[in-house]
Amino acid sequence: MMTLFGIITLTLLAVSAFATIQSRNLFVSSMWFGIFSLLMASNFFILDAADVALTEAAVGAGVSTVLFLSALALTAEHEKGALPGARWLPIVVLALASAVLFYASFQQPVLGDPQAPVHQHVAPWYLAETPNLIDIPNVVAAVLASFRAYDTLGEVIVVFAAGVGVLSVLGFKPRRKRAVSGAQVARVVRGIQHHAILRVVGKLIIPFLLLFGLFVQFHGEYTPGGGFPAGALFTAAIMLYAILEGADRSARVMPQRVMLILAALGATLFSTVGVVCMLLGGNFLEYDVLLASNTAAQQLGIILVEFGVGVTVAAVLIAVFNAMANRETY
Amino acid sequence: MQILGLYNYWIFILLLAIGLYAVIVKSNYIKRMIGLAIFQAAVFLLFITMDKVEGGTAPIFTKYMVPGQLYANPLPQVLILTAIVVGISVTALGLAIAIRIKEEYGCVEEHETQRMDREP
Repeated sequence: MMTLFGIITLTLLAVSAFATIQSRNLFVSSMWFGIFSLLMASNFFILDAADVALTEAAVGAGVSTVLFLSALALTAEHEKGALPGARWLPIVVLALASAVLFYASFQQPVLGDPQAPVHQHVAPWYLAETPNLIDIPNVVAAVLASFRAYDTLGEVIVVFAAGVGVLSVLGFKPRRKRAVSGAQVARVVRGIQHHAILRVVGKLIIPFLLLFGLFVQFHGEYTPGGGFPAGALFTAAIMLYAILEGADRSARVMPQRVMLILAALGATLFSTVGVVCMLLGGNFLEYDVLLASNTAAQQLGIILVEFGVGVTVAAVLIAVFNAMANRETY
Repeated sequence: MQILGLYNYWIFILLLAIGLYAVIVKSNYIKRMIGLAIFQAAVFLLFITMDKVEGGTAPIFTKYMVPGQLYANPLPQVLILTAIVVGISVTALGLAIAIRIKEEYGCVEEHETQRMDREP
């Protein structure tokens, strides 16, 4: 039954990807991409990756669709067609590359094979030792924030750097929007102010969305969650507020200056925990030395580090959204 | 059933080709970023396909689990969890550059910007 369900969602995934690329109208394309992300999230869930499914649902279907739409409002809604040149050449090259990969797929372990090489390396150790060394139920959170915290620190720095990059490209201060011409979000605002039901229901959702973000943040050691999906959920709540009330008001609630400082502080908190571990005589990000009990120290370290991740991700995504949504159209 | 176990890989290949096709052929920069995002999602699918263990469940311990319960591999999940958020940040950077191109050139089509660059 699950296999059948998986095959159906995978097929729909390919169909929605094809529709995303096929459509000349970029608005339609973005919507198809949102559907694609949601299908991808359900597929991750079928494949037993609950944390990843949650993150993909919040980031792919929520945040990225809104970011694409904000970018469309500032550029063009229709694409003008393909690059000049022979169309058959890339198709032939891609068909050949796909054929090679297709041939190679027959050498791959089938889905769910417990003897696959990927299950023979460190993964059994993580599953066996997490209850002893860290004692939290969610092994994904344990690997993310403790066993492989170096990786995660690197990723957080990349997210921060991308946020700084967007603000350097678009300018740190949002330009004043003229009253008449506005970005698409502003037009949506005017549209939504006429829709009393949408406004009331949307406003009702916001506090619960924020609460859910906090739950995902601080309960991530026990259930699927952690800093990455929590930051994306927080951003989704702010985006909803911007759609209902106008992007300029959301930028006043979450000013760019504060967002940039928060983004830096989150990454700093992460690395500070690592440095404190070194000062207490351990290695970088070796939480064991933080408290007398090793497992309690690990849990403290994980909670602090995940909090830093959540703050950085939320601040960067909100700053990016503010910068795009409050920009004047040319 | 053996053959159906490879279906995930085939969809991965198909998504890879669709995404790369958009990146190569399309002229519109926003459309290319969407293609790149599909390409990225294909790689995520490949990694998450690896984590599945037949008869296993998500790697979260609960008191209802029987001894000897199998769990999915947590490592690919961690890698992709972080990669998704890094992916959206990098996509946002690409979109920001497209917006600046639109402001400087007045269009977001590569063949038009190239033509303007060639003009003296």
